[in-house]
Amino acid sequence: MLKQFGFLGVHAIIALSVPLLGIVAAWLLRPKKPYPLKKTTYECGMETIGDTWVQFKAQYYLFALIFVLFDVEAVFLFPWAVAYNKLTLFGLVEGILFVLILFAGLIYAWKRNALEWQ
Amino acid sequence: MLNYAWLILLFPLLGLLTNLILGRWLHDELIGWIASTAVFLSFLVAVGLFFALRSLPADGRQYQLLLWHWMRVDLFRADVKLLIDPLSVVMGLVVTGIGFLIHVYAIGYMKGDQRVQRFFVFMNFFILAMLTLVFANNFILLYVGWEGVGLASYLLIGFWFEKPSAAEAGKKAFLVNRVGDFGMALAIMWIFKLSGRVEFLDIAKNVQALAPEATAITLLLLLAVTGKSAQIPLYIWLPDAMEGPTPVSALIHAATMVTAGVYLIARTAAIFLLSPFTMTLVATIGVVTAFFAATMAMAQVDLKRILAYSTISQIGYMILGVGVGAFSAGIFHLVTHAFFKALLFLGAGAVMHAFHGELDIRKMGGLRHKMPQTFWTFAIAAAALAGLPPFAGFFSKDEILWSVWLHSPWMWALGLLTAFMTAYYSTRAVVVPFMGKPRDKHLYEHAHEVSAVMTVPLWLLAIGAAFSGLLGLPHISLIGHWLAPVFASLHMGGEAAGGSLEWIFMGLSTLVVLAGIGTAYYAYMVNTAFPQQFRRSLGFIDNLVQHKWYVDELYMAVIVHPLWDLGGWFADVFDRKVIDGAVNGLAWVTGEIGGGVRKLQTGLVGWYAFSLFLGAVLLLGYFMLIW
Amino acid sequence: MTITLPSISLLPYLPEIVLLITALLVLVIDTFAGEKRWLVWLALLGTIVAGVTTWSLSLGPTLYLQDMLAADPYALFIDMVVLIITAISLLLAYDWLNSHAHQQGEYVALLLFSAVGMMTMGAATNVITIFVALEILSLSLYVLTGFARERLTSGEAALKYFLLGAFASAFFLYGVALLYGATGHFDLVGIGKNMAGTGLMAAAGVALLLVGFSFKVALAPFHMWTPDVYQGAPTSVTAFMSVGAKAAGFAAFLRFFHVALAGSYATWGPALAALAVLTMTWGNLAALNQESVKRMLAYSSIAHAGYALVGLAAGNALGMSGLLFYLLAYAFMNLGAFGVIIMLEKKGSGDLSMSALRGTAREHPLLAATMAVFMFSLAGVPPLAGFFGKFYVFGAAVKANMTWLAIVGIINSAISAYYYLRVSVLMYMVEPDENTTDVATNNRPVLAFALLVALVFVIGIGLWPGIWMQMAQQAAALLG
Repeated sequence: MLKQFGFLGVHAIIALSVPLLGIVAAWLLRPKKPYPLKKTTYECGMETIGDTWVQFKAQYYLFALIFVLFDVEAVFLFPWAVAYNKLTLFGLVEGILFVLILFAGLIYAWKRNALEWQ
Repeated sequence: MLNYAWLILLFPLLGLLTNLILGRWLHDELIGWIASTAVFLSFLVAVGLFFALRSLPADGRQYQLLLWHWMRVDLFRADVKLLIDPLSVVMGLVVTGIGFLIHVYAIGYMKGDQRVQRFFVFMNFFILAMLTLVFANNFILLYVGWEGVGLASYLLIGFWFEKPSAAEAGKKAFLVNRVGDFGMALAIMWIFKLSGRVEFLDIAKNVQALAPEATAITLLLLLAVTGKSAQIPLYIWLPDAMEGPTPVSALIHAATMVTAGVYLIARTAAIFLLSPFTMTLVATIGVVTAFFAATMAMAQVDLKRILAYSTISQIGYMILGVGVGAFSAGIFHLVTHAFFKALLFLGAGAVMHAFHGELDIRKMGGLRHKMPQTFWTFAIAAAALAGLPPFAGFFSKDEILWSVWLHSPWMWALGLLTAFMTAYYSTRAVVVPFMGKPRDKHLYEHAHEVSAVMTVPLWLLAIGAAFSGLLGLPHISLIGHWLAPVFASLHMGGEAAGGSLEWIFMGLSTLVVLAGIGTAYYAYMVNTAFPQQFRRSLGFIDNLVQHKWYVDELYMAVIVHPLWDLGGWFADVFDRKVIDGAVNGLAWVTGEIGGGVRKLQTGLVGWYAFSLFLGAVLLLGYFMLIW
Repeated sequence: MTITLPSISLLPYLPEIVLLITALLVLVIDTFAGEKRWLVWLALLGTIVAGVTTWSLSLGPTLYLQDMLAADPYALFIDMVVLIITAISLLLAYDWLNSHAHQQGEYVALLLFSAVGMMTMGAATNVITIFVALEILSLSLYVLTGFARERLTSGEAALKYFLLGAFASAFFLYGVALLYGATGHFDLVGIGKNMAGTGLMAAAGVALLLVGFSFKVALAPFHMWTPDVYQGAPTSVTAFMSVGAKAAGFAAFLRFFHVALAGSYATWGPALAALAVLTMTWGNLAALNQESVKRMLAYSSIAHAGYALVGLAAGNALGMSGLLFYLLAYAFMNLGAFGVIIMLEKKGSGDLSMSALRGTAREHPLLAATMAVFMFSLAGVPPLAGFFGKFYVFGAAVKANMTWLAIVGIINSAISAYYYLRVSVLMYMVEPDENTTDVATNNRPVLAFALLVALVFVIGIGLWPGIWMQMAQQAAALLG
């Protein structure tokens, strides 16, 4: 038991040290020539204007949700596709049903205009 | 015939359904006749049952009819099953016979009311429920009838709900009865737990199983009895129940439903006899109620309220009778009382009808010229109530008092005193409104005799009030013999006839009654200043009696208000004020959690979650300690 | 390498699948259809087909999907109850939905999804499945609660329900984790077998699971959300969740305690009894003085959860079947009561005040009589369904030598008579207000039909309780 926790401890130390080592190494090795533009929040892109606590359009969430949905679909379909040759007919039908259910969702989202930016 | 006993329940049900569904399109009078016919057909069935039962040998007069299986769990078997024996048939005859006459009377009485249909639907429903109660062969079905008559009573007391007092009275009756029903439910469960049975005959057979806890069980049953039959301490609803239409008062609150308690004790006599303590308590409650209610009846000026207190008092007699083991005497008084008290109420209703709702006897007087038929029937009934021989009440009351004498002399003395008061107030109820001179000219001018549909039932009931006592003549009591098989298996003393002493007692009580009548006649006809003087000499007792011994006020203060306040406390103080307080106290927690979420929170959610958390901590603590 | 697919038989899950397909169809068709009225009818058809499927499934302790679910009589009984509830709820919502034309499809689909969750709760034999089912049912209900978007109270209720529900779910999940830690099992039988000799971890797990269940069925002190949510939600949703979520919650609750914890009744029996006493007393006392009928019924539903819990606390066979019977009886009478509220509430108000009931019997005598029956049944007046529910669970308590608990229950029913009766008193015996008469009760045959169904069952169960009790007994028998 204790041994297993030991492994865990070693793992934790290594996991912590990898990013820390990188940061420390960069800090040691980099040249230090600061000027104002470098100190801004973004080195590239627009500067933020006003309060960051603004209301986001609900559409963002809709997009995010639909993205997650199809993302997960892809995650599930990937192993299915990899093992496709070894699956029986049952597996095929299952897969099709899965896609069909998601397709229903897509139709629903589409018809509800969730895919268009308003 | 006995196999068709279910017809007795079917007819009121049919009447009820017909009027409920078709009533909208029917003429009011027709509705009344449909309802009455239904009850009359039931009466015919009851008569048929009576003769069918009579043709059997005396010890075989017991028949059970299974209609359908209702509830069956393990040993627990409550079916829809009827028990036809002499006791239930007597009750059935009273309920349907007197019920029919009152239905007919109500056709005239309710004429012109907006809701005749509803009235007769409720009335038929009452008859149905009452017959269920009476013919039930087990506690559960009896309980159904018990609640059913309670419901009918509630609906009919509050029938004229436009009057706030009527609505209030209905609610009061229902709630007070629930207290009694609570006792009933517990008693049934307890009986079942001990004996494993709910059918009366089975319980009676194995009654010894109940012996160890018989006192507690019978006390619970007694609670139910005091609720339904308006005895101390739960009598307070009955006087208010007079807010209902008068036929209702006559049928439900005088002749039938309120005597259900007496019936219950008679039906479960085997259990009651196991506990001498309860029996003594039953008798004591009976006699004390009889006495107190009589004092209150003497002080009332509202004709129906006089009768209401008189009903409480008379049921007290019946309870006294069954309490000393004189079951058939109690039932006998129930029967005679049903006749004369129904008649008194119907007479009062006729007066009320003629007087446009006026019931204050101080405004009446001399009515006998205007309403001779009502007067004579009312007088016969009052004589029966007073216990004047040879009217019905004399024999039944006397039989009870005789049994009481053998049991406990002090109760007998109190009973005899009550008999005096009964004679006094019944005389007063006749003399003040009907004799002497009219007190309110205007009302008097408008008074008139009521129509035939009302007077015919009055006369039929008057025959009963005059002669039903003959059913129970000492030594050759027909009703006693008829009921004997029901109580045959019980070991009782007290009902044995006692020779010459009994005749002396009859003479004595006749004298007492005559004295009561004489006093009342003197007080209200000869020396009318006497009542005032007498009351002044009583001092504070008069005040107590006038205010009905302040019992209503006491109950309000001790039971109703605290409960109300507690409920208010939970709803308002705890769920609002304590919550608000806690939320303020917890504000810093929510503050820490963050400003963004805070905007959405009403603050209450924090408390809800806290309560949830608290509960979780308690449960965790409990399980971790006890595991 | 060959992949061996686990042998999956979805046949016993057919009722749920039918509902799911119906829900998806409703969603898709909704986006195309011009006339949306018949979406409800489509859903009702699906419910009926699911019901027929349930009936035709063979009875037996069939475990399927890696023993995650069972198709035993118990599960089928719950299926039946939930399907009845769903069907009546659909009918209750019909008229309200027609005034919310764009959202009909979502409402119907969410209702069906929630019903799937409820049915799965009844079939679940694994704490993880219970959890998933609980979430399916809850998430749909959160959305449904906030469905009346025009009313702020509806949104508020949804948010409260969601926040607290999430909180309670966390407790539940933590309990699952602790139980797994203590016994190494997720399935109820496995947990039960490995329960002996477990320590504090298992105890904490059981306590936390109990928190989760208590929240769902609204036991005090986990009931705080109930009044606000019931009042805020659209009335048809309130009707659905007050009986559906309760039935499903109790279904899993009962199965968990009687399968996984059968051996430690001595520990949890008293705790549940105490919860029952607290719940029914709190619910009844708080209900006494409510001005909103919905809020009153919310507290009443808390009290009824307390009564039902008595059956579970009794821990015997009669208690189990009594509880199942109670859920069935309660479903009809409460759906009916809320149905009458829907009939009487003013358009768009989503609530009904006690004073609005004044004198309604005059204009709507049948409706008032119907309401009276439901109120009497809720109060436990024989011979109506509610009486027998109480009768069986209290009887079970007496049988389990907890007579005191039965007595507390009976005292509570006596108290409850006050506020149930008040409704009838107001309807029958008080003069109507002039300004509360604009109630459009006519011309709503669908709603009236739903009420009639509920009424027939409330009376029918009361007259012939034996049939239903027999089913409940069969259902409970297999749990031991």
